[in-house]
Amino acid sequence: MVVAVSIGAVDIPVGDVWGVLLHHVTGRGAAGDPALDQIVWTFRTPRVALAAVVGAGLAVAGAVLQTLVSNPLADPVVLGFSYGASLGAVLVITLGGVALGGLGGIGVSGAAFVGALAAGALVFALGQRRGRLAPTRLVLAGVAVGYVLLSVTSFVQLLATPTELRTVMFWMLGSVAGAQWSQLPGVTVVVLASTVLLTLFGRRLNALLAGDESATALGVDVNRLRAVLLVISALLTGTVIAVAGGIGFVGLMIPHLVRLTIGADHRRLLPLTALLGAIYLVVVDLLSRTLSRPDELPLGILTALLGAPFFLWLLRRNKGLDTV
Amino acid sequence: MKLTVDQLHITLDRKPILRDVHLEAAKGDIVGLVGPNGSGKSTLLRTVYRSLRPATGVVTVGDDDVWELSARTAARRTAAVLQDAGTTTGLTVTEIVALGRTPHHGLLGRDGAEDREAVAEAVARCGVGPFADRDYATLSGGERQRVLLARALAQRPQLLVLDELTNHLDIRARFELLDLIRSTGITTLAVLHDLDLAARLCDHLVVLHEGEVVAAGPVLDVLTPDLLRDVFGVRGSTERHADGVVRITYAAQPLAHDREPEPVDQ
Repeated sequence: MVVAVSIGAVDIPVGDVWGVLLHHVTGRGAAGDPALDQIVWTFRTPRVALAAVVGAGLAVAGAVLQTLVSNPLADPVVLGFSYGASLGAVLVITLGGVALGGLGGIGVSGAAFVGALAAGALVFALGQRRGRLAPTRLVLAGVAVGYVLLSVTSFVQLLATPTELRTVMFWMLGSVAGAQWSQLPGVTVVVLASTVLLTLFGRRLNALLAGDESATALGVDVNRLRAVLLVISALLTGTVIAVAGGIGFVGLMIPHLVRLTIGADHRRLLPLTALLGAIYLVVVDLLSRTLSRPDELPLGILTALLGAPFFLWLLRRNKGLDTV
Repeated sequence: MKLTVDQLHITLDRKPILRDVHLEAAKGDIVGLVGPNGSGKSTLLRTVYRSLRPATGVVTVGDDDVWELSARTAARRTAAVLQDAGTTTGLTVTEIVALGRTPHHGLLGRDGAEDREAVAEAVARCGVGPFADRDYATLSGGERQRVLLARALAQRPQLLVLDELTNHLDIRARFELLDLIRSTGITTLAVLHDLDLAARLCDHLVVLHEGEVVAAGPVLDVLTPDLLRDVFGVRGSTERHADGVVRITYAAQPLAHDREPEPVDQ
């Protein structure tokens, strides 16, 4: 992470980065060059930290959703959460406070959060029948809700000015460029708390892998578990997308990467997924601001471009998938 | 632990599935549940492992109504091996067997000596040790069923519920599984499609036909030529051979009447 802080539009020696960080954390050492201080402490450090937290959150949400709906393709995008967030964000970016009245006051992040949760609630409501949340129904409801939200989002975009469109596009592809220290505590607490809580549910998540009926026979209240997990993952996703935009692929790929390497026991899977998700997004963010310096690329472009080939290689190597 | 099902009625989508079902298994008994497809066997099992709550009727395991117990308490008494395979890719055999310890822990529970002991014992008893570290998805059908049975035994249950445990297995694997179940001494309620296997394994049989119990009791008393004809639509007779095994001899010709298309088993 320190290396990630040192590299950017302006490269700063790792030693100087340590100096600045130590100065701020411990209060010791010289304050040093104010410009350097500003780059390291005000811009890059929160950015790298946010990338790590967002990566962890998205990856954990993906891992849980995949088990929750017994579908390896599930992630916050497939279940419609991301599209809900997009619509919320796009509405505020294009229409601002004018048309939305009170909603304008909550800003892009707030609207994205509300959008993600609203989409989550809708999928939750549509995904159940006679009080039971069926996995296939949930996925299909998520996909359908996602498409509807996407159409509305596209329609709103048609009404946007070119400048707004660029903002919209950057938001939808995700970025942690605007990271500020003030955002970090909230997101970090939500991601950490969710990861710990979900890991505690690890044993029950494992039981869910055996199938709904078998999990029931193992003493798991499957329906309640699914409801609780869905709420936690919607909150987690909403929080993360709200600050970083619609970063795709991390939630889909990182859990599989970890599964293919260490297996599917959620008590190990979830913490390691969080860790790898964090590392991955820090690296991707680093590349996004160094590949075409001093311009920046959106994260969503790179997450898939870099991750997919590696993922495919791992998929080819794995034998267990052939015999299901 | 004894199992009693009494005055059980189940209606799904306004269709009666089970009507006034009564069933008993004494401690240590192996009771076979047989009947044609769609007769309600799997539905009856669901009420026993606490997946389906009956509107009327009581299922008692030990001395308690299963719906008076918490899901976890009930699962510490009753273990089930069912047909839903789930998506068990990525879990090793040992990890699957360890799922049997799920009802013994709350959210904060960690694996202890008792868990490891129960898992090791179940692994040894079911002979799944040689492939303990392999991915479940890479196993053969017979190996998979032994792993699932080991998972059930790791629950340390006092009642076993088995749904078509021996389906799709070769004859040797079937016999091995049946011997394994017998050797545990645990009270068992088993749905079996194959009447010969049911006769071989079970002390008692309960015959379901169109949601009702039409016969119950010792194997020879139940599988009469009349019952084989009326319920299963085949001609045959049952007798105990000199080696103590009950065998069914089917006539070459099936009954002449037209059978309705078989509904899918619930």
